Amino acid sequence: MTQVIQLDGVAKRYDSADAPALGPLDLSVAQGEALAVTGPSGSGKSTLLNLVAGLDKPTEGAVTVAGRRIDQLSEHALARFRRERIGMVFQFFNLLDDLTVADNIQLPAQLTGTARRKAATRAGELMEVLGIQKHARAYPGRLSGGERQRVAVARALVNRPALLLADEPTGALDTASGQDVRELLVDLHRGGQTIVLVTHDLALAEACASRTIHLVDGHLALDAHAEAVR
Amino acid sequence: MSRLTIGFGSGALGRVVRSGVGRRRVQTVVIAVAVMMAVASAVVAGSLMVATNAPFDHAFAKQHGAHITAQFDPAKASTAQLKDTGQLDGVTASAGPFPSTTIHPTGPGGGHFPALTLVGRSDPHGGVDDLDLKSGRWAAKPGEIVVSASFAGPDIKPGFTMQTSDAVDSPPLTVVGLAVSASKTADAWATPGQVRALASEDGPVTSQMLYRFDSAGTKEQITGNRKKLAAAVPAEALLGTESWLDTKRAADQGAAPTIPFLIAFGVLGIVMSVIIVGSVVSGAVGTSLRRIGILKAIGFTPREVVRAYVAQALIPAGVGIALGVVLGNLLAVPLLEDTEQVYGSASLTVAWWVDVLVPAVALLVVGIAALVPALRAGRLRTVEAIAVGRAPRTGRGQWAHRAAGRLPLPRSVTYGLASPFAHPVRTTAMLLAVAFGTVAATFAVGLTSSLNAVGKAQDPEDRAAVTAISGVPGDEGGGPRRVEVGQSPPSTDPAKVRAAIEAQPGTASYYGMFQADVTVAGISGSVEATFYQGDSRPGSYEMISGHWITGAGQVVVPTAFLERTGTKIGDTVRVTLGKDTQTLRIVGEAFDGSNDGLSVRADIASFAAAQPQVFQIEVEPGVSPAEYAQKLAAVVKPLGGDVMVNSPSEQENMILILNAMAVLLTLMLVSVAGLGVLNSVVLDTRERVHDLGVCKALGMSPRQTVSLVLASVAGIGVLGGLVGVPVGFALHGFVLPVMGHAAGTDLPPSVLEVYETPQLVLLGLAGIAIALLGALLPAGWAARTRTATALRTE
Repeated sequence: MTQVIQLDGVAKRYDSADAPALGPLDLSVAQGEALAVTGPSGSGKSTLLNLVAGLDKPTEGAVTVAGRRIDQLSEHALARFRRERIGMVFQFFNLLDDLTVADNIQLPAQLTGTARRKAATRAGELMEVLGIQKHARAYPGRLSGGERQRVAVARALVNRPALLLADEPTGALDTASGQDVRELLVDLHRGGQTIVLVTHDLALAEACASRTIHLVDGHLALDAHAEAVR
Repeated sequence: MSRLTIGFGSGALGRVVRSGVGRRRVQTVVIAVAVMMAVASAVVAGSLMVATNAPFDHAFAKQHGAHITAQFDPAKASTAQLKDTGQLDGVTASAGPFPSTTIHPTGPGGGHFPALTLVGRSDPHGGVDDLDLKSGRWAAKPGEIVVSASFAGPDIKPGFTMQTSDAVDSPPLTVVGLAVSASKTADAWATPGQVRALASEDGPVTSQMLYRFDSAGTKEQITGNRKKLAAAVPAEALLGTESWLDTKRAADQGAAPTIPFLIAFGVLGIVMSVIIVGSVVSGAVGTSLRRIGILKAIGFTPREVVRAYVAQALIPAGVGIALGVVLGNLLAVPLLEDTEQVYGSASLTVAWWVDVLVPAVALLVVGIAALVPALRAGRLRTVEAIAVGRAPRTGRGQWAHRAAGRLPLPRSVTYGLASPFAHPVRTTAMLLAVAFGTVAATFAVGLTSSLNAVGKAQDPEDRAAVTAISGVPGDEGGGPRRVEVGQSPPSTDPAKVRAAIEAQPGTASYYGMFQADVTVAGISGSVEATFYQGDSRPGSYEMISGHWITGAGQVVVPTAFLERTGTKIGDTVRVTLGKDTQTLRIVGEAFDGSNDGLSVRADIASFAAAQPQVFQIEVEPGVSPAEYAQKLAAVVKPLGGDVMVNSPSEQENMILILNAMAVLLTLMLVSVAGLGVLNSVVLDTRERVHDLGVCKALGMSPRQTVSLVLASVAGIGVLGGLVGVPVGFALHGFVLPVMGHAAGTDLPPSVLEVYETPQLVLLGLAGIAIALLGALLPAGWAARTRTATALRTE
């Protein structure tokens, strides 16, 4: 099976004197897999996500995502890689408040140089699938939390990424909205989307992920497939 | 509760202020630097404006200038008698007698200097005419001379040696110092013994006395004082006097053209400083709303918040103000030295009250600029303050994002283009900074072009390659000797000189000139006249209106002549040369400021007795002027004439100085504008660092991030250019004629119409350049900021 993520001996230290915030860690995630990363605060979940997203570089080891060794890429190449191969969903949505919903969704496509009409068509498709087409011209500030997260998911998917990274995607949502996003992620996984989901919410991990890893103090404490977790 | 209150006393406030200043180091440094440059500009601008205010009067008062400079015949009035004149009723101070004579020095190459009035003084100081020694030292022994600083140049400086005359055995004089006399009592000074030794039959020794009177403010008072002096010494002992009123008029007229120029730059500098300081500080406080919200949440009162944030702005601004005063004084020194040279005045220094007023006003502006947003922050409800600080205000600029999104440009660029609309006040301040910078650049470019055009238009007769003189060399460096009314012209036959020129191989063209003092009906006293023979177009003046003389009976005059006589082109004037009076028709208004604008230029055929003294010659291409002059001299010298090569005319000192000042002042103003932009973009980038992090997380490359930040100021740059260029153009169109009028002349199109379309387009781009340069640093910072860090930033 093709590996979308391959970490080999990856460690990250923020201060050379301290123990690593993460690792050393070996991890691989196969295409189509939905991996939930759980663990207490400070366990290294966000660090792992940042390394996989190319937002940060490891102190040791190699990070390969979608077949590319990203820890050796320049900032420019990393940006290109990210916009073409990775979609990100954040806890606090991180939508740009001065852009409309449609413009927010189209933004990553436009950064890759996709023609405006093509980007708009793709954004339209996603808005329809995610049920937010009626908000296309609205600004994020006017939407509910669940709707904003749907917009964020649409934005993450606009370039058809090989990998979707979600950082506490329901962490800022009420129960109903959280349920809504959970179903959305399940649907995406069923559609074959590779997902890495960082969450405190074990129920979310159980519902969405085919595999869960549990980090404690930067180390892998548990690596279990769905059946084993249950 | 009481413990809490005590805890929020000055100690807690102090910590908040210190941590606020230290936490935002970039912003703190930018505030300090922007305020420093703005204050420095204001100090320079204020100093220059002060300097323009009666420079002669200030220098005259400082030096205890002489109200009357009198020359006495030492053979008729003894030293004791002259000293006694200092006790006359109404005389408040006197100095002298000093031996005085006139010398005609020559330079190392044999070139003639103007005749110098040389006065023997053993000391530059005194109760009257306390000289300002600008450089070097005072003459202490024979062979040493101190010259007026107005002669200072690349060659004439301490160490320069000249001969006292063109005689082979004339003694050398070494310049040991440069001095300024506001009263213009002499051109040069030496020891009294040296002056007596240099006296000759042509330049006998006279005794110079300098007087200050209790009443010398009017011409009548001067005349009365002069009569007292004449009566106090034996008959005919008083050879002549010079009034300080004449010196003042000449000095004021010389300084007048620079005043509108300096005021224009001064006003630009001060207005821009206020805008930059205001926007920098208010922007800094306005971006701290979230922190203000947190302080309120933990118990700070609104008043404490206001105090904390005003203090937080005052610390870097105070450092900037202090440094700005120092920098302003340092920068003002060379500019004031230039101004001194232009005004010929003694030491101009930064007025003490400028150093007090500018910082005081700057502090006031900083205080108000900080107070307004701090009061607003203090009044905000805590929750609101935190919310305002965290999320951008919705609604502002969203229409701009919609509109920009439709432009056929990369998304990072269109996103940046729309950004300024989210902060209209900050954007307006940035726009004003760019516009003022562009105004300064446009005005300076126009001004330097105009000044260069003025330089080119001056002394058109000096454009000729070779000058042939039909007579003894004049006393003004080989120029034509002016003939007094009724005096016979030189004895050399001009026809023979003309024939020699025509016969000389290599002659391309030539024309003859004759200068004399004439009288003109309606003008008291004499008027300088220049008569031309042959095709004088190569030596013609720039015409403001009308045309250059084309034949006998025509006359060309400067603006001041027309104003003085109340005439216009087409009118006639009666001109008398010797006993010959002719009616000449005014055919042109020349751009000619020589002789206070009182001169006439006519064809030599208008007066039968006029004969050319000087021939201005153009040589054929490929002919060496030096060789040509040498060969022509071999023919002309035996006739009693002389030939000399003209060196390329150099621009007047004043033009060079004004050009240098314009460049320096423009650089300062453009720097301040750039810093204003830098500050605004730093604030903007800090405020949007989270959004930029999101964009980067979505795949915006560093290059795209830079283009986003640069695009956010590009529109402001374009608009600033579009506003600044026409305003600068209009300012030039307003100031130049005022400068011309101050100098007593209208200006020709060649001086006024100096802008070319491509140049204006380039100047328009200067607005963009200022904006982009100001934004480059924060753009790089935004591109380098780690995405993960930016995403964590609130």
